[in-house]
Amino acid sequence: MSESHREKLAVEFRKFLPTENVVDQPTSLAAYECDGLSAYRETPLLVLLPETIEQVQQVMRVCHQHRLPVVSRGAGTSLSGGALPHPEGVVLSLAKMKRILKVDTLSRLAVVEPGVRNLAISEAVKSLGLYYAPDPSSQIACSIGGNVAENAGGVHCLKYGLTLHNILALKLVGVDGEIFEVDQRSLHNDGYDLLPLLVGSEGMLAIVVEVTVKLLPIPRCARVVMGVFDSVEMAGDSVAAIIAEGIIPAGIEMMDNPAIRAAEDFVHADYPVDAEAILICELDGTEEEVVAQIELVEGVLQRGGAVETRLARDEAERLLFWSGRKAAFPAVGRISPDYYCIDGTIPRKALSRVLTGIRELSAEYGLPVANVFHAGDGNLHPLILYDSNNEGELEKTEELGSRILQLCIECGGTITGEHGVGVEKLGEMCIQFGEAERNQFHLIRECFDPLRLLNPGKAIPTLARCAEFNAMHVHHGKVPHPEIERF
Amino acid sequence: MSAIADVDIESELATQVVALAATGGSVEIVGSGSKRFYGESLDALPLEVAAHSGIIDYDPAELVITLRAGCRLREVEALLAEHRQMFGFEAPHFGPEATIGGMVASGLAGPRRGFAGGIRDFVLGAKILDGRGEVMQFGGRVIKNVAGFDLSRVLVGSLGTLGVILEVSIRVVPMFATEATLAFEHSSADEHIRWVNELGSQPFPLSASAWHDGTSQLRLSGSEQGVNHAIAELGGERLEFDWAELREQKHALFVPKQPLSRVSLPPASADLAAGRPQLIEWGGAQRWLCGEIDVDRFRQKAAQLGGSVCAFRNHAADVAVFHPLAPTMLKLQRSIKSSLDPAGIFNAGRIYPGL
Repeated sequence: MSESHREKLAVEFRKFLPTENVVDQPTSLAAYECDGLSAYRETPLLVLLPETIEQVQQVMRVCHQHRLPVVSRGAGTSLSGGALPHPEGVVLSLAKMKRILKVDTLSRLAVVEPGVRNLAISEAVKSLGLYYAPDPSSQIACSIGGNVAENAGGVHCLKYGLTLHNILALKLVGVDGEIFEVDQRSLHNDGYDLLPLLVGSEGMLAIVVEVTVKLLPIPRCARVVMGVFDSVEMAGDSVAAIIAEGIIPAGIEMMDNPAIRAAEDFVHADYPVDAEAILICELDGTEEEVVAQIELVEGVLQRGGAVETRLARDEAERLLFWSGRKAAFPAVGRISPDYYCIDGTIPRKALSRVLTGIRELSAEYGLPVANVFHAGDGNLHPLILYDSNNEGELEKTEELGSRILQLCIECGGTITGEHGVGVEKLGEMCIQFGEAERNQFHLIRECFDPLRLLNPGKAIPTLARCAEFNAMHVHHGKVPHPEIERF
Repeated sequence: MSAIADVDIESELATQVVALAATGGSVEIVGSGSKRFYGESLDALPLEVAAHSGIIDYDPAELVITLRAGCRLREVEALLAEHRQMFGFEAPHFGPEATIGGMVASGLAGPRRGFAGGIRDFVLGAKILDGRGEVMQFGGRVIKNVAGFDLSRVLVGSLGTLGVILEVSIRVVPMFATEATLAFEHSSADEHIRWVNELGSQPFPLSASAWHDGTSQLRLSGSEQGVNHAIAELGGERLEFDWAELREQKHALFVPKQPLSRVSLPPASADLAAGRPQLIEWGGAQRWLCGEIDVDRFRQKAAQLGGSVCAFRNHAADVAVFHPLAPTMLKLQRSIKSSLDPAGIFNAGRIYPGL
C-alpha cells in the first residue's frame, strides 16, 4: 500500500473527522496492530476514531465507495484476534464513543455508546441498586460494543446468561452507511429475530453504534463455599449433584492441582496445594435463601467426597477465595516461560473423559497442562505450559491444543465457549462445521455485507484457512493487558 | 428413555424437499396444527412433520434436552417434570398434540416470559432441513458456544419460513421449590404498570404478573425462604390464580371468536387502551385486547413507543397479522429467507409478503 494512497484517504476522512481522529503515522498505527492475541499482527492503512453516529455513517460510506475493508474495534481485549487489522483496510475504533446516554430506572435499562466499558455500566447504576450482569474477566477494560461482537460471557453466565440474554436493543450502521435497529424492549420482535445473529457476529455483519442493556437488581446477599477434593472426577460429579438439588449457583468454578499450585504461589489465597481439585461455588439471593442453599451445597460437597469444605466468613474472604481463580492465567504465566490457553466447551458429563484424555495427551507430548474450568456451563480452559526457546516446542504445543479441541468436539462440545473464533480458530471451525454450514455462514454474511468488507478473513474459514491452529500463544508469560484478570 | 415415540423420518422429509426443489412446488409445514392460526393463512400443500419424534439426549444434570421436533410438548414437559425440571418459558400449547417444532417456530412464550428469557434465550442448537434439501446443524448442545453465526436461535419465531426444524437442543431449568400468587387492587392499568415496574427494580423472585379488571396478580417462584421473604415484604392477598388458563388463553378476557390483538410495548409504557377489555402481562410488555380495534391506529401509537401490534386471532382477512417492517429491514429479512430457502418452498408469505 503506497504512502500516497494512505495520505489521499486520510485527507478524505479528515473532511469530516478531526485531524487527530485519523491516525496515519506508523508509530501511532503500531498501537493498533494486534488485540489480546498478540501472536498475530498487521498494520492497518489508517485508524479512524469517529465520535458520533453520523461520523460512523460517513466513514462507512467512504469505505464502501472505495471498497476498503473495515475492522471495527472496541478496547482491543479480544483473545482470538477478532480485531486484527487488515493490511489494506481501516480500523474503525469506537473508543471515543463512550457516553452513557440514558439510564431508565423504571424500565431497568441503560442506553450506552459502544465504547463504554463493561464495568462502567455497573458502576454508573450501582447507587440505584442495579447492575449489568455479564462479567467477562476483562470487564475493567473491555467495551460493551466488543462484548456484543463476541457475545461475551463471564463467571456468572450459568445463572444470568451471556451478552445476548442481557441486550434489549441495538442500533447499527450497515456496510453502506445506513442505520438500522433491532429493538426488543417490548420483549417481542417483528419478523426474524436478528439479535442472536448480530450478537457474537465478530464485527462481520454491521457496526454497533448504540446498545440498550438490561439492568438487574443487585442480589441482597452473595456467599461462597469451597470444596477440596482428592480427585477431579469427584469434584466434577459434585457439580452435577448440586444441579440435581435444583440449585443454579451464581458461579461455580473448578481448578486442578497444577492450577491450584500456580495460583497459590501467586496470590496466597490459602488454597490447599495438595488437593487434586477445588470447587468454588457462589450463591446469591436473599439472606435466608443463601444461608439455606449454602447448607445444601456443603452437604452435597461432603457427600461427594470433599475432604474439606470452607465457607467464606465475610466479603473479604469471599473475594480472597475468588482471587486465586481470577489470577489463574497470570499465575500460570509465572511458572512457565510460555503457555497456550484453550477455550473448549464440553457437556459436563464428559469432564472425566476429557481430563483423562488431556492427561494422556499431556504425557504423550511431554508438556504439562493446568486446567481451570467454568464447571457450571462446561467451559474448559486448559493451559498448556511450554517454552518457545526449545526448538519445535511451539509446534508441538499447537498440535496438542488442536487435539484437545478435537476431543471436545468428539465429546459433543464446541471449540469456543467465550473467546470467539477470530483468526485463531479458523482451522477448528472446519472440524466443527461441515461445508454446508460454512457455506450458509458465508451466505448470511452476504445478506448484510455483499462486498465482504466487514472484518474480512475472520470467524468463518475459507477452505484455504482450514489448516490453521487453535490456541492462544503467550510468549514468556506476557499476555497483552497483563493487568486484567483472565478466566 | 421414555414413552415418547422414537421415529426418525429425516431422510423421507429430505427426499420430499429435494423433489419439491426440483419441481418448484411449495408447502406449508404442519406439526399438530395447534398454532396454525398464527400468521397469514397459506394456500399450499401440507408437509407433515409431527411423526418425526424422539428424545436424542437428555441427562438432567446437563440442563439440556436434545429432541426431534415432532415430540409432543405435553409429553416432553411430563418427562422433564419426572426430573423436577421444566422449560423456563412456559410455552402455550393451544392444543393437546402441540409439538416442540411448533413451539420453537411460533416463538410464543407464556406468563414467565416477562421475568425470564424467551424461547430464543433457551435454544442452544438446531438441526434443520433447508430449501435445497440439505441437512444442517447450527449452535450446539452445550450452554456456552460462540462458534459460527447462531442460526438456531433465529429459527425461534420464524414460523417455518426458514426450513424444517428437525431437532433442537434446549436448555432446561430446575423446577422451583415453591410458588405463590398474591393479588393486589389497582383500579387503573397505569397504576398497575407503574407498580409492577417499580417492583422489578428490587430483587424479588417474580415469575409472572397479570392485570385485568382492577386486579393485579403477582406470582413469586423460588426457594421457600426467598418466596416467604418476598410475601412478607409485599403484603397483598394470597390467592389461587390459574396461570395455565391465562397461558392457554382460556381466561375470561379471551372471548372466543372475538378479534384478539396483542400489543407489545416497552413494559413501562403508559396504557394505550383505557376503557377497553384488556389483560396486561409480562410486567407491562404484553397487552391483550379483546374486541374490534382500529389496528392501524394502534400500530401507529405503539410504534411511536418502540412497540408493535399483532392481529393475533379472528381479525378480518384484509388486516395484516404482523406489524409491518421498515422497507430496508423487510429487504434484509427476505434476503435471509432466500439464503436458506432460495425457491421459497417453505411457508411462503406466512409472516409478510415474501417472508
